Formats: sequence, C-alpha cells, structure tokens
Amino acid sequence: MRKVHIVGVGMVRIDRYYDKGYMQLIRDAAVSAFNDVKSYEPEAIVVGNMLSSTLYNQDSLAALALDAIGFRGLGGLKVEAACGSGGHAVIVGYSLVASGLYDQVMVVGVEKMSDYPTSTITSALAQAANAEYEYIYGVSFPALNALIMRLYMLKYEARREDMALWPVRMHEYGSRNPYAQLRNRITIEDVINSPIVSDPIRLMDSAPIGDGAAVIILSSEDVARKLSDTPVEIAGVGLGSDGLDLSSREELLNPISIKRAAEKAFRMSKLTPSDIDVAEIHDAFTITALLSIEGLGFADLGESWKLVKDGRFAVGDKPSVNLSGGLKARGHPVGATGVYQIAEIAMQLRGDFPGVKLDKAEKGLAMNTGGVGTLTSVVILKR
Amino acid sequence: MKISPARVWREKGSRYRLEGSKCKKCNRVFYPPKPSCPYCSHSETEKIDLPKRGRVISWTVEYVVPEGYREYAPIIIGLIELEDGTKVLAPIVDVDVDKVYEGMHVEAVLRKIFEDGNEGIIIYGIKFSPTI
Repeated sequence: MRKVHIVGVGMVRIDRYYDKGYMQLIRDAAVSAFNDVKSYEPEAIVVGNMLSSTLYNQDSLAALALDAIGFRGLGGLKVEAACGSGGHAVIVGYSLVASGLYDQVMVVGVEKMSDYPTSTITSALAQAANAEYEYIYGVSFPALNALIMRLYMLKYEARREDMALWPVRMHEYGSRNPYAQLRNRITIEDVINSPIVSDPIRLMDSAPIGDGAAVIILSSEDVARKLSDTPVEIAGVGLGSDGLDLSSREELLNPISIKRAAEKAFRMSKLTPSDIDVAEIHDAFTITALLSIEGLGFADLGESWKLVKDGRFAVGDKPSVNLSGGLKARGHPVGATGVYQIAEIAMQLRGDFPGVKLDKAEKGLAMNTGGVGTLTSVVILKR
Repeated sequence: MKISPARVWREKGSRYRLEGSKCKKCNRVFYPPKPSCPYCSHSETEKIDLPKRGRVISWTVEYVVPEGYREYAPIIIGLIELEDGTKVLAPIVDVDVDKVYEGMHVEAVLRKIFEDGNEGIIIYGIKFSPTI
C-alpha cells in the first residue's frame, strides 16, 4: 500500500443553519479546504453522512456533493456507520489512495439536523440501534447509553458529580474553538441540574444537535508536497464492531469495537497509546468519553473517570484529549463528526488549530464511533 | 416507524414467546436470536425457550422519546438478566419510575408495544413486570 497524506482541511462552524442546505454547507467547507492547499485536482469523493435518507429523502449524496463543489463527473459514494460515518468515510478515502486507484481524493462529512424538532431527531438517531428489538420499544439512543452509564456507575462506584467533570472541561475548550457550536462555560451544578433526557443522562451529558460540514483532501505521497508544505501522514487506520443490540453483548462495559479498531491502527503505525500526543475521541455522552479512553488503551477498564477527576487528559497531558471541545461542545453533526476530528488532529500536528492547541504535537489519534460503540474507526496521524 | 404484518409475523417466536438462540458449538445463548454465533463464528444455532423470570441489572427512565411514543412516556427501559444468564432489553411496566432498583425481580408479560397510526397494525410483545 502507498502512504497517504492529509494535504488540506476545511470546516464550517457547527451551528443551526436555517439558511443553508447540504450543498451550501459542503461548498463552504470545500472552499475552506481548497484555500488550505496550493493546488487541487480531486479525482473522487467520499461522503460521510448518516441521516440524509431518513430526514431529507436524499440518497445519491456524492452526486449532490460533487455539484456543490463543481466537480460533476467524478466518481464517489456515501459511507454510513451511524454517528461514526465520518471516520469511516476517511478510511474509505484513505483506501482509494493507498491502493493506487486515485492520487487525490476528497472526503466530505456533512449533516443537517436543526430543521426538525427534537422528537424527529430522536427517532432518526435511534436508527443507530437495533430496529426490531430496541427502537420498536421506543428506546432512544440516549436511553441505550443511559443503561451503560448506570452500569458503569454501579460497577465502578462513580458518583453523579464525577460524571459531570468531562462536560465542564469540554465546554471550557469549546469556548476557545471558533468552530465550536457551544462556547459557553458551564459548572458541575449546571450539568447535574440540567433536564433529564433518559435518566441518568441529562441534557448537559449529551452532545448538541447541529449542522456542519468538514472536508479533508487526501493525496498520495508523491504529490503531497506539491499540494501542501505541511502534509500530515496517515500512519495507521483500523475498524471494529460490537453487537448491534446491547442485550446480546457478553460484556457491556468492555468496548471491543474500539479496542479492535485501535489495535489495528496502532499495529499498522508501529505506535502505542503512550506515543500519542493529542487525541479527539467520541464523547457523544460522558459515558462514551470514558469508554473511548479505556478502549483506546489510555486507561484501564473502570479507571478513566478517576483519571479525569485527577486532571488527566487535559491540555498539556499526554495524550491531551478533545482540545476542540469534543462532541459535547464543538458539536456533533453526526455523520460529519469523524471528519471534523481528523481535520482537527491534522491542524494540531501542523500547529495551526485555532483553539486550544498543543505545542509540538507529533502524533495524534482520532476515534469515531457509531451506535453504542457499535462501529468504530481509529485513524492515527503523524508529522 | 413503518410496520408491515410480515415484519411482525416473522419475529413471532422471539417477540411473543421470548425465544432465543443457542450456538450448537459453544452453547452461548442470545436474545434477540442470531442465525450464526457472533462469538465463535459457528453457523448453526437452535431456537430455545428462555426463562420468563429474571432480575434488573440496569435501567433508564426515558423522558425524551422518539416520535409516536409520547403516549408511553416516561418509558422505563430495563436490561434484564434472565434466570439462565441471558440478557434481554425491554420496557419495565406496572411500577413507578422511582421504584426500580438493581436486582429487582421481574417476569415477562405480553403487552402492547406500538400502534402504527390510526389504520396500521398494533404490535404486541414482551415487557417485564415486577414479580409478585
């Protein structure tokens, strides 16, 4: 396989864009990415998106995206892995370049969620779960995560206040990220007194609903320097899965999809968790953050909440985690999120991330998952 | 949620009678049933009747519900461990939202799950009720 580099990134601030549809959001993110490279000539497109079929009756999303950026005629496809669509789309784009099929591929993550009331979005997101044995009972996606959060708190004796530290930190970082949807700072009291979504998950344990688009331009090694002075290498990628339905999982607090994806990506990159300087992980809910940290090998099972309480994974620590504000504060336009994460890590390694940033980060990791840790992608980048 | 009669009918064993599947090689039991074993990869499983009683290992009280489920809200969703160790996810009924606890003994009951609008079919299925 050939080496693949990220040569350009672009994104729009995550927000509620009542005046913009898919095409305009994709166009805006793409222009920002095109301004980030010296020249560009994409040969194919991969789109990460979850909800276009469900909310907008829109399939064939790659054709819509190609018209949005003015490249009608190129080939492309949409990649769906629920809230993990974006990370999976980048790995598909990576494969198209690594295989030698194309030299330049553009990966778009896009999602629109703000046009509809919360109950509609709750229904659409519940499609990440098992339709016949979970959704059919009216089980929402937050409810499934709430079942896991309660198990975690019971087994590891974490208190409600302990579980509120993560969102407080995420809002702190989000407040300094110009691309973040939520830039207000919050307190532990704000979290534990916010409205109940699905007990014990409250509103402030949850990522917000928003619209967004992010773009990454990938290229083969031989053209990377022509396109960018600061290419970032994709050093490792990996995928993993767990049972679609929670009840048939043998160990509910052992995130095997994250572990599997991480093992593959670490082996490929010849790195270990302790080599990673900066990471973006999937904290759709506080419990998801904890299981992500544990699944990636940054903490042992059941230990991450204590480490967070001790101040670990904050800016300056190794790894520094979710300096963007994470899904919690940067936002979570579901199918686009994985592309945002990888773009943010690329910017951290280049040193030009406009929010909270690390000095001299050399190795970064982005982890994105769909469902309750059901379909996971891990991408490792290095300078 | 769009429901067709065939969609409900083909799941009748697991939906109404709490049938699971057992791997013919490693003997793991799954609910909902699986045609192959997700863990040992063996491609043959057999239907088995699962015990109808168990205990609550986790639960949530869901206030923000998907479209069409407002009349059932708040919904108590339980993760139930049956007497043979098999886990089932299903609503818990006949109990106040603040009276559910870890280890609570429950038993399977047949209840209405969902009405597909005014003219669609009504789905029934397994929920769990506190054991008296």
